[in-house]
Amino acid sequence: MRVDPWIFLTIVSMAVATYATRAGGYWLFSRFTPPDAVRTMLTYVPGTLFISFVTPSIINGGWKEWIGALVTLAVAMRTRSPAWPIALGTAAAWISAETFLR
Amino acid sequence: MNPPDANPSDAFAVVTMNGVRRGARAISPVLVGQLPYATVVGLTAQAHGFSMLEAALMSGLMFAGAAQLLVLGSWVYPPAIFGNTLASTMVNLRFVLMGPLLAPWMDHLRGWRRWGILFFLVDNAWAMSVQDIERGKRDAGFLLGAGLVLWFFWVAGTLAGFLVGDFVAPPPGHPVFFAAIAVFIAMLAPMWKGKRDILPWIAAAGTAALVSHLMPGTAWHVVAGAIVGSALGLLQSRIGPRNAG
Repeated sequence: MRVDPWIFLTIVSMAVATYATRAGGYWLFSRFTPPDAVRTMLTYVPGTLFISFVTPSIINGGWKEWIGALVTLAVAMRTRSPAWPIALGTAAAWISAETFLR
Repeated sequence: MNPPDANPSDAFAVVTMNGVRRGARAISPVLVGQLPYATVVGLTAQAHGFSMLEAALMSGLMFAGAAQLLVLGSWVYPPAIFGNTLASTMVNLRFVLMGPLLAPWMDHLRGWRRWGILFFLVDNAWAMSVQDIERGKRDAGFLLGAGLVLWFFWVAGTLAGFLVGDFVAPPPGHPVFFAAIAVFIAMLAPMWKGKRDILPWIAAAGTAALVSHLMPGTAWHVVAGAIVGSALGLLQSRIGPRNAG
């Protein structure tokens, strides 16, 4: 099977850079004891990071994104497993796209 | 599953098969959000003249959906090595913020266990691992198991999209893509720590919306939102420690 040297080099270069971001953040913080302020900031990272990821997709989306997001959130607040909120939220987005909100 | 020489009162972390199985089980619901994207990556790679092996190598070695979709969206031949590397690094800068939160596990591992498992740092596996750490679990096998399952289906989905793209891969804008957003929203609920999160989350959302508007097609909104939101969290904990429980 064909592997083009340019494509291969580009893939390897991107893969190395990607791994460097995965290992680099941890590596940096294990070398230098982070100040208290940074550690306090890090406790806010999971929530603020994930909300930053989803917000533009919802704001720039239409009804199906808004309805799907509300249903996902409502179900997620009542269950521990992510299975139900993902399934029901996606179903709600899909149904609203297929029916009244074409 | 503790090693016999470990004192339970000491901080430690292990990698066990039990943990791998737990992680694999916990992550499976998330596949529903990942598979549509994997098929689109395969389809897009095929459309840009990748061979099947090249598509599999890209997904297997990078294992970073948002970055792959971004570079494939503007793919030309011969590819710009530096430009594509820079673009994918920007999308993946969030991993730099995520890695340090795995310290309670990684600090106690050595060699391939530490640096190998870090390869599987990917958004949803990471989020579930952080929750596992907060619950006091000490088995980094959890992240390995979750990451392996996501990795396997990421490559398999890429191949499926490559081989039978037009039949399998959903067209852009199909509502099934909402599943990937739903995964992130579902993960947000357990991250909510109470009133202290209100202002940081609003600031993060506002920053992300603004930056994505000013710099569309990039991924700076993720990093910018996380940094601004977390900085506000710090500020709030310094100004009003009693209100920032």
